[in-house]
Amino acid sequence: MPRTTPSQTVGPFLHIGLADDPYAADEGAPGGLWIRGTVYDGAGAPMPDAIVETWQADPDGRFDHPADPRGARTSPGFRGFARCATDADGAYSVFTRKPGAVPGPAGPQAPHIDVSLFARGMLRRVVTRLYFPEDAAARAADPVLSAITDDRERDTLLARAADDGYRFDIRVQGPGETVFFDV
Amino acid sequence: MTENTDAPAAAPLTVPGFRRDHAAHPPLDYPPYRSTALRHPTRPLKLLPHMLTEVTGPVFGHDRIGDLDHDLTRQRSGEPQGQRIIVHGRVLDAGGRPVPHSLVEVWQANAGGRYRHVIDNWPCPLDPNFDGAGRTLTDADGRYRFVTVRPGAYPWRNHDNAWRPAHIHFSLFGTSFTQRLVTQMYFPDDPLFGQDPMWNAIPDEAARQRLVARYDHGATEPQWALAFAWDIVLRGPETTPFEQEADDD
Repeated sequence: MPRTTPSQTVGPFLHIGLADDPYAADEGAPGGLWIRGTVYDGAGAPMPDAIVETWQADPDGRFDHPADPRGARTSPGFRGFARCATDADGAYSVFTRKPGAVPGPAGPQAPHIDVSLFARGMLRRVVTRLYFPEDAAARAADPVLSAITDDRERDTLLARAADDGYRFDIRVQGPGETVFFDV
Repeated sequence: MTENTDAPAAAPLTVPGFRRDHAAHPPLDYPPYRSTALRHPTRPLKLLPHMLTEVTGPVFGHDRIGDLDHDLTRQRSGEPQGQRIIVHGRVLDAGGRPVPHSLVEVWQANAGGRYRHVIDNWPCPLDPNFDGAGRTLTDADGRYRFVTVRPGAYPWRNHDNAWRPAHIHFSLFGTSFTQRLVTQMYFPDDPLFGQDPMWNAIPDEAARQRLVARYDHGATEPQWALAFAWDIVLRGPETTPFEQEADDD
């Protein structure tokens, strides 16, 4: 059997090949919202050469994908995927709709978005998850959040409500370091 | 495909996961590559079980790909400087199955080693006929093919007299979030490998060699272009009908 190809960094010139695609949902989609944030390094400096990718279920918790045993379901005007390079101030923004709850092996997972971060200085991506502040009960029952025992660590996965959606900062290292996952 | 089976989210659902493959990849903390110092998490990664969001991923259609997106020599009015090459291969998973209809993106420096990017200002001219970006979808057998020019090596400031070996950046989506991979393809026998921290960060020599394309005389086009073959292997299913290779973990 073949062995996996190793990862390498995106390097500083990532923008040439990884074009921004910030709309997971069509502009003007019902319930459309912005997720905005800043990516910080271990010195607390914004990272201007990173790229954030998001992947999520549709508002009903469904995926347009054959690996979903419930059947692939197309959601018009919705792609579920977005990506945005950070700007000179380390900021990114993606436009989407809020995902629905998604079934897990022992019951529902709280609405969540899987987030990949690539950057110069990262030899492979790091992965985190974004959860929503208003879903307290669903979050309390979520299998991924429940496995994180430290409140402060768990809170790094929580987006904050903002005027036009949510805010989700990513701290790669240091105080308030975001929880990252071995996916 | 559209189905309207409505299962409530409450109904438990288990999906087959993907095999973890940490040993194949460089660490996030690798001091010889200086920029990793402030850009690696210091707490251990937490295990994320593979559930629906992880085993699915974006599906890209042909509507997103232009006719000439795979040919980096034909995106401007004239032809770029440099040695014209074909880079082709297959995208497979670690179970040996082809990964069909998946997005492959590439970017690279021009023949002199200069990127068309605002922050690349080393004294090597830009080529007005070379942008250095391409994209394609794998076919039903997982095959991809690009036409481009061989990129040059270039200096950087990581350590004294540091040079990057010539490389092409590759971005692959596979079919699931777990399979997402960004990497670099290198050329055979590059004398710059030994001083390159990105190359050295890969834990073992066999894994490093998996990033090196093979000169492929059979795929050259006479009087026109040299060719290099490079297969890319994404993570495979946790269980396959045959027992897997010796553990990669």
